Amino acid sequence: MSSDLTTLSASAASAKVKSGEVDAHELFEQWRERSRLDDLNALSWSADSVPAEIHTGGPLGGVPLGVKDLFCTEGVPSQSGSKILEGYLPPYSATVVDALAAAGAPLLAKTHQDEFAMGSSNENCAFGAVINPWDRGRVPGGSSGGSAAAVAAGLVPWALGTDTGGSIRQPAALCGVVGLKPTYGSVSRYGMIAFASSLDQAGPITNSVADAALLYSQMTGRDVHDSTSVDHPDPVSEVPAADLTGVRIGVPTELSGEGIESGVLDAFNASLELAKSLGATVEPCHLPHAPHALSAYYLIAPAECSSNLARFDGVRYGLRVDPGEGLDAMYGATRSQGFGPEVRRRIMLGTYALSSGYYDAYYGRAQRVRTLISQDFDTAFESFDVIATPTSPCVAFELGSKTDDPLSMYLSDFCTVPMSLAGIPAISIPNGLSEGLPVGLQLVGPAFSENRILGIAASLEAAIGFDGSAARL
Amino acid sequence: MTEFEAVIGLEIHVQLATQTKMFCGCKPVFGEDPNTRTCPTCLGLPGALPVINEAAVDFGMRLGLALGCSLAERSIFHRKNYFYADSPKGYQISQYDEPLCSEGELAGVRINRVHLEDDAAKLVHTSETGRIHGAESSVVDFNRAGTPLAEIVTEPDLRSAAQAREWLQLLRTTVKALNISDVNMEEGSLRCDANISVRPVGQKELATKTELKNMNSFRFVEKGIEAEIERQRILLESGGTVVQETLHFDPRTGSLTALRSKEEAHDYRYFPDPDLLPVSVDSEMVERARAALPELPAARAVRYAETYGFEQELSERLGFEADLGDLFEAVLEIRGKASDPRLAATWVSGEVFSRVEQDAGSAIEASTLAELLELLEGERITTAAARQVLDRVLAEGGSPADIVASEGLEKVGGGDALAAAVEIAIAAHPEAAAKVTAGEHKALGSRRWWRGAQRNPCSPWRRVGFITWLNNPQRQRFHSQRRWSLC
Repeated sequence: MSSDLTTLSASAASAKVKSGEVDAHELFEQWRERSRLDDLNALSWSADSVPAEIHTGGPLGGVPLGVKDLFCTEGVPSQSGSKILEGYLPPYSATVVDALAAAGAPLLAKTHQDEFAMGSSNENCAFGAVINPWDRGRVPGGSSGGSAAAVAAGLVPWALGTDTGGSIRQPAALCGVVGLKPTYGSVSRYGMIAFASSLDQAGPITNSVADAALLYSQMTGRDVHDSTSVDHPDPVSEVPAADLTGVRIGVPTELSGEGIESGVLDAFNASLELAKSLGATVEPCHLPHAPHALSAYYLIAPAECSSNLARFDGVRYGLRVDPGEGLDAMYGATRSQGFGPEVRRRIMLGTYALSSGYYDAYYGRAQRVRTLISQDFDTAFESFDVIATPTSPCVAFELGSKTDDPLSMYLSDFCTVPMSLAGIPAISIPNGLSEGLPVGLQLVGPAFSENRILGIAASLEAAIGFDGSAARL
Repeated sequence: MTEFEAVIGLEIHVQLATQTKMFCGCKPVFGEDPNTRTCPTCLGLPGALPVINEAAVDFGMRLGLALGCSLAERSIFHRKNYFYADSPKGYQISQYDEPLCSEGELAGVRINRVHLEDDAAKLVHTSETGRIHGAESSVVDFNRAGTPLAEIVTEPDLRSAAQAREWLQLLRTTVKALNISDVNMEEGSLRCDANISVRPVGQKELATKTELKNMNSFRFVEKGIEAEIERQRILLESGGTVVQETLHFDPRTGSLTALRSKEEAHDYRYFPDPDLLPVSVDSEMVERARAALPELPAARAVRYAETYGFEQELSERLGFEADLGDLFEAVLEIRGKASDPRLAATWVSGEVFSRVEQDAGSAIEASTLAELLELLEGERITTAAARQVLDRVLAEGGSPADIVASEGLEKVGGGDALAAAVEIAIAAHPEAAAKVTAGEHKALGSRRWWRGAQRNPCSPWRRVGFITWLNNPQRQRFHSQRRWSLC
């Protein structure tokens, strides 16, 4: 009887496979069995068997991977949490999924998510809500809630999520794991079922900053299939914890006061004190347009989604409901039955925002706000190395508590949306507990500064010393 | 009674013959088995993304330059959102307010813009006519989806159906010369819609227009526009008003029917495609496109007219059909300065072209035709024999000289036989012979004579002409002006 390899961190397991100490197939098999323990509805699919070939020679050393439902995986259901794609088997895999498999992270499981990544609680999943392993009455956050819950509960060693307005960072915070939203363009979007093209970005959800750096290091690079992708000018490899001496941390007053739960704020301030004690300077900074970020986001993202989701029309794949009254009736029936209420709401919002005569007042204006927000960050980074905020204004909330109030749900992304609009990298790391539930700390840097924020995150992670074992199934 | 005039603008779609589609790596081919030239991108599968085809941008630039347009340093692809079964993504990727090319001109017709976009899939309706009306069901072939299209939009500068047809033919010829498209109307690689309005002569403002869609031959373009002008004129004369609508012309019945279609007061919700970056065109790309431009048909026709004194029809035949022009020039090159350009021109555009209309330029080797014309011009064979030889060469190949030898087609020498024939001719046409012998050689230049001679090169008229020519003291001048072959 071999030892339990699933207690190893992904980085440690990877090192052991590479040194020959651990057999990659054995590792996969143990994780496959672990994934069977899922009673959180975190996983939408898991591997039937160990793949014949695992690229153990790659940098990731054969450590299996959980992948959010919306990544296309050849021959494996890729449904983006939607009834309209129930059972859909893509004929190709996303570039990043292929790249990670080639680097030694074979597909272990797919994870549930909010439908088309629209949501902050995972309750918008057509296949049932995901449950938070810290408290079974609470949500894991969203939209990458399945990935975050699965990593926290130890159902997968690490996972891929996507972030459009906070969909990696917020569930990472609510589940007590690490989530990195990389610089827009650093990871190919090819094969990611799109929500909002100018915002969507894939990133790692892991148990540690080191794991996040390792996984991210194999995700980046220009992809000829994605015109918006670029080669990372400062590629991430190993990220040693940074010396915080002299590191200037800016705390935007707009994102660290009003609307943030007191327990979350206490944990945030405690970590800032910790940073100071390690030699960092902490000072307030200003992102004057950040409070308008949510408004701009809820025009831009729905506008893009209203167009991106037009292809789900029942003609070529997915659900078709045909009342037999012609093409328009088929479209109507298919889309009203295939999409959930939140998706329908955003399609209608976006359709309105783009309509003739309103384009400039809504979409055009939102894009101008986006530019201003981006400029706010540029200005702030002239004086600060990194910006810190709480990730989520609150800890994991109770299932059903916000489903009838979309606006309060949208506020979950209050602290994460500005970075998405600016396209800059941001990481959420576990920042202790409030009322027994995880809190997240968000660290933000300029475009392509992943090395910097991962290094600072690693130092703070060590100083905070978060213990997430309570969530392990 | 008020005089009316028509105002016509055209919107032309040209499928670009690039190796791959507009936004993916599939090869666009006409006439393949349905749905065999597809990939996640052109099928609009979840997660697939478009990437701009550089060659299509290059082709678009060549087209823009050929039409005298200015090229935008930065142009943008928008999404044009609409639901239809032929639209796999639910939107078309097209250029909107920042097109690749703008403000050009071709033969007096101003070009508003030339922009790039992707083609829709092909709907096949299971009705007798193949049209959607009365169809039981429709199936979709995505082979065409994503084929690069250049859309050319003219200003409303055309004034008649015939003019529109002529201009469209010149445009087709121009695009063909650029070698960027098959420009075949029947196969749909050239499509034309027309915006038509009719107003009282003298009125400056444009009247309400209708749009006439998808006329798939030059003849139908002319017939369709003519029918619509007539419809509007009758409507206006009877005190009615033209309603802005989209019409379909049925060439079989000559009728116009309003289309119920995606065009119906549609809000396309244009916005910049977030999956694509703006197209940047630098001077190097422009120079490359410019360098790839051939001599354009209109310029070529002018050159033939000026260099060889050809009349318009002949100049345009050779100038507009690049392969004919190429053959003509190759024959001249081989035969050298001493040879007769008009003979080569008429043989290429007449004898060869009338026998093989499709790809006439490559039906015969220039050297073969040159050899044949050498025999003809050297008076070793008659025109009738030359035609016979041409038929043989086109059918079976071979050398004209060999065929002449083996078939015994060589002309009877110029001596007694010809003199006898000439005597007969003079006897048969004493009046004409007397006239020309007296120096009235202009009689020979009359259209009537020329036409007659063409119809039947061996006619007595022709022989009389020859004798006159022999006896004409000014024959050198005459010789340089007009030549003909001997019978």
